[in-house]
Amino acid sequence: MKLIVTFSRKAGKKPIIAQVVRDTGVLINVERAQIDSSEGEALIDIPDEACTVVKEGLSRLGASVRVLEDIISLDESRCIDCGACISICPQEVFSFDENWKLVVNGERCVLCGRCIEICPQRALSQKEEV
Amino acid sequence: MKISVMEKTIDLIRERIRDGNARVVTAEEMPVIVEELGEEGALREIDVVTTGTFGAMCSSGAFLNFGHADPPIRMERVWLNDVEAYGGIAAVDAYIGATQKSATREAHYGGAHVMEDFVSGKTVELRALSTGTDCYPRRTITTELLLENLNEATMVNPRNGYQRYNAATNSTDRTLSTYMGMLLPNCGNITFSGSGLLNPITNDPEFRLIGGGVPAFLCGAPGMVIGQGTQHSPAGGFGTLMVTADMKKMSQDFLRAATMTGYGVTLYVGLGIPLPVLDLETVRSTAVRDEDITVDIIDYGIPSRDRPSLRKVSYADLKSGCVELNGEEIRTSPLSSYRRAREVAFTLKAWVEEGKLDLVLPTRKIDTTIKAHPMRETAQGPRVLDIMDRRVFSIGQDEEIRSAAQKLLKGETNHLPVIDSSGKLVGIVTTYDISKAVVNPGKANRVKDIMKKRVITTTMEEPVDIAVRKLEKHNISALPVVDRELRVIGMLTAMNLGKLFGGRWLK
Repeated sequence: MKLIVTFSRKAGKKPIIAQVVRDTGVLINVERAQIDSSEGEALIDIPDEACTVVKEGLSRLGASVRVLEDIISLDESRCIDCGACISICPQEVFSFDENWKLVVNGERCVLCGRCIEICPQRALSQKEEV
Repeated sequence: MKISVMEKTIDLIRERIRDGNARVVTAEEMPVIVEELGEEGALREIDVVTTGTFGAMCSSGAFLNFGHADPPIRMERVWLNDVEAYGGIAAVDAYIGATQKSATREAHYGGAHVMEDFVSGKTVELRALSTGTDCYPRRTITTELLLENLNEATMVNPRNGYQRYNAATNSTDRTLSTYMGMLLPNCGNITFSGSGLLNPITNDPEFRLIGGGVPAFLCGAPGMVIGQGTQHSPAGGFGTLMVTADMKKMSQDFLRAATMTGYGVTLYVGLGIPLPVLDLETVRSTAVRDEDITVDIIDYGIPSRDRPSLRKVSYADLKSGCVELNGEEIRTSPLSSYRRAREVAFTLKAWVEEGKLDLVLPTRKIDTTIKAHPMRETAQGPRVLDIMDRRVFSIGQDEEIRSAAQKLLKGETNHLPVIDSSGKLVGIVTTYDISKAVVNPGKANRVKDIMKKRVITTTMEEPVDIAVRKLEKHNISALPVVDRELRVIGMLTAMNLGKLFGGRWLK
């Protein structure tokens, strides 16, 4: 599963992800990260069963963590099942079913935003955060 | 003894439709039917084959008649929701083209959106200007209109239903935004358009059944083929159709405005044509399979008209989701909707069965031999060699940063190409790079330590417009002009572009 980890760097450059990997033994895959001098945000992928322990570990080090679930939203009334999103997605989120209907496999998404940008019908958007 | 039927008349087929005995199938079903029944069996059994496609067709639009206002106006310039329509027809007629961009909302709204808004029952604001005449004294008008308020809204699409369309990829190292969608760098994806074996012309490539006067499904309305489309090129396998139908009968399910990011507005059109199965030749042509329809994969990274083909593929390959290119599996995706193309063919099948369309043979034949030719250009646009700066200041990569600074000052330039010992371009330094090196003195003391190694270049023969695109895309202000051996023979800077103004190129 995927988690969005946000942390402040004001307290110094603590290697919090590395710390959690060492403490928990869970192998964390960083899929996307944006870090500047004051704060950082990382999108990490971890095994489902390790969710609680990783979340706790990161929170203890001062990061805020939220689970990323089906973050891409498809407006079925706009989508025409053209498939323009399929080949540009780095995560293979989109595919056709046997009837050429577009299928969205949202849990693979790493929020790169490409599909939202290129959808000819403007049918894709990022779900509002709860 | 079975008598073999070698031909059926259109009257026989119409009679069967009237009697409710006609067997109508979609073009997708035909290959299997012919396999099972044989060609003669299929001819006996099947009366009509329906086709369908649903894709972006830029060359679309509609003639609109608004009725006369009081006092009357002869509209000279016309806007619908701020999208300009062509008003150079009669007083209250206009043609709204699908790709025309909104004057205020640019890429997000255009003629296609106006058409979709009309069809979906929304209000559209009409604004028009006139100089005023004795018979048409009014000079301005602004009013809100629904589709039902118009006398006529007749869609007339100059070029629809391409027989097939070449697939697209991009060999350059940057992402391209094209009418074929987003093309990732280094041939990272392939896009294609068209419904393959369901495409109307693909099922009648000799135009024996498709021609002027033949009924068609257009955006959910019963319409008609007018004749050959513009840029019709059947000799090369790229025939097109001009089609028409009443917009008031259209449905949003089969007419959709779309925005191709970085390109502009276009219209997704649903088009289908029913084909009466008259003879064995019709059976054979409608039994076409995706495997039989080949197109080229074109490299859109080359910014000229004659883009190179990287390989030939069939629609079966393209629809499989993956195509091999230079030893790598590249993902493909369509831009047209096969699902909706099927819906077009199914709807058309129901229409034929219900007798909603009157099947006829072409009253005007479509030419099958012509080939579209490129534009005749009587004047060549400016090329880089016309405006480039021929004084070249360059510097060796092993020289000191200080000498680079001196050269920049002496040349009164901001860009200094860096060359190796054989004179080949290997990098570029700018006044910015040097200032940075001065402010943050580190280990760097040679030009090669601070130069940018990835240099965007141009050539003498390159059209200035292409070079300008490079400057814009990379957010830079100069391009070294290189020859085949990568030797710098000039510089093109933003300053040189000034020569275009007031010079002979703008006359």
